[in-house]
Amino acid sequence: MNNLNLISPEIFISLSIMFLLILGVFKKKSSSLIHNLSIGLLLITGILTLNNPVDSPGALFGNSYLIDNLSSLMKILTIVGGAFVLSISTKYLKISKIFLIEYPILILCSILGMMVMISSNDLMVFYIGLELQSLALYVLASFNRDQLKSSESGLKYFVLSALSSGLLLYGCSLIYGFSGSTNFDIIGSSMDSMHYGLTFGIVFILVGLAFKISAVPFHMWAPDVYEGSPTSVTLFFAIVPKVAALTVFIRFLYVPFFNMIDQWQPIVIFLSIASMIFGAVAAIGQKNLKRLVAYSSIGHIGYVLAGLSVGTNEGIQSSIVYISIYMVMNLGLFSCLLMMKRNDQYFETIDDLSGLSKNHPVLSLSLLVILFSLAGIPPLAGFFAKLYVFKSVIEQSMYFLAIVGLLSTVIAAFYYLRIIKVIYFDEEREKYDTDHSAWLKISLALSTLLIFLYFIFPSKLVEIVSRINII
Amino acid sequence: MNFPILSSLVLLPTIGALFLLFSKDRNSNTGKYVALFTSFVNFLISIYLWYLFDPSTSTFQFVENREWLKGFVNYKVGIDGISILFIILTTLITPLCIISVNNTIKVRLRDFLIAILIMESLMIGVFCSLDLVVFYLFFEAGLIPMFLIIGIWGGERRVYSAFKFFLYTLLGSVLMLVAIISIYWIAGTTDIVQLYELGIDTKYQNLLWLAFFSSFAVKTPMWPVHTWLPDAHVEAPTAGSVLLAAILLKMAGYGFIRFSLGLFPVASELFTPLVYSLSLIAIIYASLVALMQEDMKKLIAYSSVAHMGFVTLGIFTITQQGIEGSIIQMISHGLVSAALFLCVGVVYDRMHSRLINTYGGLVSVMPKYSILFMLFTLAALGLPGTSGFLGEFLILMGAFKDNFLVAVIASFGVIFGAAYMLWLYRRVVFGNLVNKDLLKIPDLDNSEKFILWSLAIPVLFFGFYPEPLINTIEVSVNDLIEMYNFNLNMFGPEVKK
Repeated sequence: MNNLNLISPEIFISLSIMFLLILGVFKKKSSSLIHNLSIGLLLITGILTLNNPVDSPGALFGNSYLIDNLSSLMKILTIVGGAFVLSISTKYLKISKIFLIEYPILILCSILGMMVMISSNDLMVFYIGLELQSLALYVLASFNRDQLKSSESGLKYFVLSALSSGLLLYGCSLIYGFSGSTNFDIIGSSMDSMHYGLTFGIVFILVGLAFKISAVPFHMWAPDVYEGSPTSVTLFFAIVPKVAALTVFIRFLYVPFFNMIDQWQPIVIFLSIASMIFGAVAAIGQKNLKRLVAYSSIGHIGYVLAGLSVGTNEGIQSSIVYISIYMVMNLGLFSCLLMMKRNDQYFETIDDLSGLSKNHPVLSLSLLVILFSLAGIPPLAGFFAKLYVFKSVIEQSMYFLAIVGLLSTVIAAFYYLRIIKVIYFDEEREKYDTDHSAWLKISLALSTLLIFLYFIFPSKLVEIVSRINII
Repeated sequence: MNFPILSSLVLLPTIGALFLLFSKDRNSNTGKYVALFTSFVNFLISIYLWYLFDPSTSTFQFVENREWLKGFVNYKVGIDGISILFIILTTLITPLCIISVNNTIKVRLRDFLIAILIMESLMIGVFCSLDLVVFYLFFEAGLIPMFLIIGIWGGERRVYSAFKFFLYTLLGSVLMLVAIISIYWIAGTTDIVQLYELGIDTKYQNLLWLAFFSSFAVKTPMWPVHTWLPDAHVEAPTAGSVLLAAILLKMAGYGFIRFSLGLFPVASELFTPLVYSLSLIAIIYASLVALMQEDMKKLIAYSSVAHMGFVTLGIFTITQQGIEGSIIQMISHGLVSAALFLCVGVVYDRMHSRLINTYGGLVSVMPKYSILFMLFTLAALGLPGTSGFLGEFLILMGAFKDNFLVAVIASFGVIFGAAYMLWLYRRVVFGNLVNKDLLKIPDLDNSEKFILWSLAIPVLFFGFYPEPLINTIEVSVNDLIEMYNFNLNMFGPEVKK
């Protein structure tokens, strides 16, 4: 029974989901209640996760489920991200007339899936978690089912994601076939290396994972899905699933296949460079902010992968630092997006930001901070994220990757500057509403302050992350 | 000295800016007084710092060292004879900029003052940081306020210019970031003082030098990457041009002295011909281009390129005279170009035109203006008795020591400089008063007089009595050169000096 303590967060969140479902069925007009309850339950799950004794890594179910520093941190990130998404989306959902009980429950389901993914130490467990979160995400993408774009994005995401899951599963079967086990530890120890079958297996799984984090060339779904989904779901897409997929990436590459680093490193470097360049170049022509965020997140994933391709603990840590800061930045950006509302209608193109600084100085200042941070200009948090990644990249003398990455930040700076130009240099338009919910204001203020003041205490996050030693 | 005087210099303007940010009204004059007060206090502190400063040693003084990025970077600041002058230049120019907004900035005054104050913090930070990452942080962060200053309050093509300024500089700097991180892995630290002692392995120096050079060359700006400067200068509001010309360009010159010479002596020796040629091209080409300009601001911008050509030339002569001359030239150019831009600003506010042919015969309408304008024109072309002379003279002296031909070509630059400046002055101030609108414009008002005289006094003072400047920098420059030659002999025996 002692062991079960370790997965108490997962157990608790599963029970919560069932409880909320039943409550939703029997109690009429309970959307608001369920929404608030789900936030509370999510926070309790977070506390339970924090409570886990992380100093001694625990393994469960025949070593197929791991609770360690990595899993705890990533779960906390996922849960906090999910809680923020839920809390700032209430008003948007109400106005879009999709304030239904299924929304928070689906988000909880996908968070459960992600938690399973994060802790998985076994291909089967990992796949189950992945499917659980994906299924919930398909529905969420098409949640605004009366809108054509939303349904389209859901369908698109479903078809492409199913394809990638197929590839991934095929990779799993290859690896099982050539190593005799699905458990990461056993694969690692019993591996007669250099077998082509295993390499193929790794490639297929990498393709599937790259799809989930929308790395180039498996990014095609991202812009359409980001644009079509309801904004709050886009926010969820942009920040939360990437954390889980990144964790699997780390575990999968560094636990069983660390010896085959020569085989997978070029692939990850390629994914990284392609994502950085493509994310920077393709975003230039975009007019829709959500679409732009999709391309920018492709670019940012490139930097995360750059840290991951290094093959050292520092590299992994820098990726985790990067994704955490990236989460905060995107949270702030979407808080701003959710504030662009006039007469119960939301606006989401860049032109709608025109002259925002004259009517909404505080909002524009926050956007300014967030956008410069996304561009990686010091002294904002985004700069430190890049600094750590490139520090670990250059340690291994991977200068080409570093220079390409930094040059693509210059290209990327262009489109962030373009948004700032629209906000600050262009003519003003009609005012937006200012009756935002308190949560929205809090999340915007919090993320802006975190980004802006990060340089005062830059070591805190790194200290937490530096406890994660996979290799 | 336990009181963190340098950090307070860096922080004070930011605190003023925060105060303004939380004040309610966006256009009142109180904001201006707050900004003026903070920047003036900062000026007094920096003068006091100069008074406390001990010029008889080249070790860094007022050093603060705090843990910042654990196990990676320390927040380390400190000054020597070279940096203190730039800090004083910054704290002198900023209050003058703030006074000058009276007539120029009509909209969003408060935001403008915030940008200027934050800019001041960052510029002081650049000059006193003793760690490469801290330096990079300040160096790059300055892009944000300057981008906004050009973009929000600039002229017609402000967006284009702001983007060009930002992207050019960023492109140059990212390579420097790669170099900085590489230095961390090569030498194990980014602390400049330690790096001076340790030295950097010769085989990496060339690439690292080029990476730093890419950043500083854009910022200086050197030919052929100078094209952002005329655009940025022309479109920026007067105060923005002043900051750009007086201080931002000096960051690069400072960087060359502090980093390129200090950290990479072997590479500097190798690349001296490159810097010489680019500097000479800049001097001659920019002077010729300046001759052809019809826009006053553009003319002064090109003259800045030429003057900075002298600076880079002087630095890479690696002689006592050359480097001292470069530093004095930078200080002098900081004062003079600031004053010239302010002079252009004065007539621009009255006539809303920067074209030279709008004017002519100003002497009969604005006699006081004409006198001051003449003073700065003469200082810009390096007339003896102004600070401009000393800098150019020392640079040429250093150049003659090192390479006769280079010095001869550079001397032509002095003649061209006289040509375009005097011609500008003749066309604007003398001649017949053709444009009847000019008759109505008033002479300098009190605040303009105050600003221009506060720049004129040091220009004249240091022109006649440069002792305080030389005294301050002498030991630091001397030790820098000694260290340079020492390292060169240690690590690069095959390169002769």
